[in-house]
Amino acid sequence: MNGRPVLGVTDLRVRFDTDDGPLLAVDGMSFDVHPGEVLALVGESGCGKSMTALSVLGLQPPNARVTGSIRLGGREILGLESRALRSIRGREIAMVFQEPMSSLNPVFKVGRQIAEVLRKHEKMSAAAARRRAVELLELVRVPTPERVVDEYPHQLSGGMQQRVMIAMAVACDPKLIIADEPTTSLDVTIQAQVLEIFRRLRDRLDTAIILITHDLGVVADIADSVVVMYAGHKMEQAPVMELFERPRHPYTKGLLGTVPRAGLSGTRRELVEIPGSVPLLRSAPTQCVFADRCAYRQDDCRAESPVIREIGVAAQVACLHPVEVVVRS
Amino acid sequence: MSAPVLEISGLCKRFRVPRGAGGGVVHAAEDVDLRIEPGEIVGLVGESGGGKSTVAKCVVRLLEPDDGTVRLNGVDITHMSQRRLRDVRHQMHMVFQNPYSSLNPRMTVGAIVSEPMRRKEHGSRTATRAAAVELIERVGLSAEMFDRYPHELSGGQRQRVGLARSLGLRPSLLIADEPISALDVSVQASILNQLQRLRAEFGFSCLFVSHDLASVEFLCDRIAVMYLGRIVEVGTRAEIFATPKHPYTRALLAAALVADPVAQRERVRVPLEGEIPSPVRPPVGCVFHTRCPIAELPLCTTAPPETTMPTGGTVRCHFALDDRVN
Repeated sequence: MNGRPVLGVTDLRVRFDTDDGPLLAVDGMSFDVHPGEVLALVGESGCGKSMTALSVLGLQPPNARVTGSIRLGGREILGLESRALRSIRGREIAMVFQEPMSSLNPVFKVGRQIAEVLRKHEKMSAAAARRRAVELLELVRVPTPERVVDEYPHQLSGGMQQRVMIAMAVACDPKLIIADEPTTSLDVTIQAQVLEIFRRLRDRLDTAIILITHDLGVVADIADSVVVMYAGHKMEQAPVMELFERPRHPYTKGLLGTVPRAGLSGTRRELVEIPGSVPLLRSAPTQCVFADRCAYRQDDCRAESPVIREIGVAAQVACLHPVEVVVRS
Repeated sequence: MSAPVLEISGLCKRFRVPRGAGGGVVHAAEDVDLRIEPGEIVGLVGESGGGKSTVAKCVVRLLEPDDGTVRLNGVDITHMSQRRLRDVRHQMHMVFQNPYSSLNPRMTVGAIVSEPMRRKEHGSRTATRAAAVELIERVGLSAEMFDRYPHELSGGQRQRVGLARSLGLRPSLLIADEPISALDVSVQASILNQLQRLRAEFGFSCLFVSHDLASVEFLCDRIAVMYLGRIVEVGTRAEIFATPKHPYTRALLAAALVADPVAQRERVRVPLEGEIPSPVRPPVGCVFHTRCPIAELPLCTTAPPETTMPTGGTVRCHFALDDRVN
């Protein structure tokens, strides 16, 4: 990837002070996203994916302390006051959430909700905003956009609601869309349609997309590069082909093995299991955060927390003893 | 061949929609036929609103079917009174989707697992306890879990508790309604492995309801595909995944994502257009014809017959035997 990144996150830390002491939800994440790139943030629940995304938008819970650096097109946005952040959200960075029904306002018609974004950020007139809303619904392939603008969210199916969310997200032509599990609640045939819309947006508008997902099928379908997260840490980052072919972190290798592969009839090998569960970090780790569950653990894994380092041509891994097997030639 | 463990024939279930919500009748399950042989795991797949859960709930009589029969080990249980049903209930057990709401939060794991045995077998306390501990261990939990409460357990552990409870009375049939979809991938894998192992050990049959084709392919011997309340195709794992016949089965397989970027990106994308029609007003004739890429009118506005394929599967499509479309 060349050129200047749309978003540069460096050493992001999100810390909560709870009654049981501090909790490190994100502990030193760094990554860049470039124009037209789909970056997937992958990991199991509780690994810090969503918290990373929320802090980029300045939407972390009020009791969270965020440190590090978040640069949008070269400008530092971490620590901006809420007024400045509001003008960035929706216009420069847009977000699509998992549950469209809980993100749409049930008492307003769909068209009005899309138009609101345009009137607020682009200062459009009501009539112009409505016309643009219809165009946007067309862009996300809503079959009868003129009718849907006048419908309420509850009149639409989950797939249609998610399209409306995407239409709102792209309304101001943002440089970056953060999509948090955007297809998780959708049926497979509808999921395929929604992923196709993201692909078209990326191709036509050169929008960068951060896609948060636990579904490796979605990653395989649409991602350009992948960041694997575990317990608030980046364990591995690589271009998508490289990651699936040559997973270097034992956690990545485990995750890939847990997925039964559809379409490959024949032998039924047992699926890989990763015993145990994601630990909660109370303080800076003094050993590898994955060590307790790792099948490749050696003595020195308990002695220090490995730092992320370059490996191969374009990959990074945080592991003292990366896996060296190529999955498929 | 011995009698099927489960035999569903002509099952219909309709729900009345309140007038305030638009009125009409939802045809949730229409003329559903399905057999499950001893030791067999049969997958019931399809998208939401297809009627999968309705069928599962009619089998365990959480819903009362409007028409058709459900036979469990040869006995017609369709209209059996709840009192008599209690005598056959131990032969089948349901494993629910949400392990957070399906375990009693005020009972310990031990009590949850032993309850069905206490009710049915009235064995001594120590014998029941020993049996429960054994079950807890056989589903991959440690015996220490016995005195824990559900809130102390992870989602995967809870689902194992649900499994242990199910197996106490050695049922011949498990009904698993999306048992892994609320779990993380690494936990899903361990539950799927566990089901496979337990089936070998306990020899139960299973109706496995799921929208996830990959796990169905991993686990199931035969698969039934549902769309808008109808079973459109039934076949062995190989038939469904290698030579699917019904256009809807093919569309489902085409839309399912493969966790392999090389294979996934080589696939031809023909996304199915449109959405599932309202089950209140299902399309006339073949219910899939409004979205079907090979539909021909007016032929497909008539109901397709059930065609038995040379390989043994059944397909409800006018073009099931047509070479042009295969």
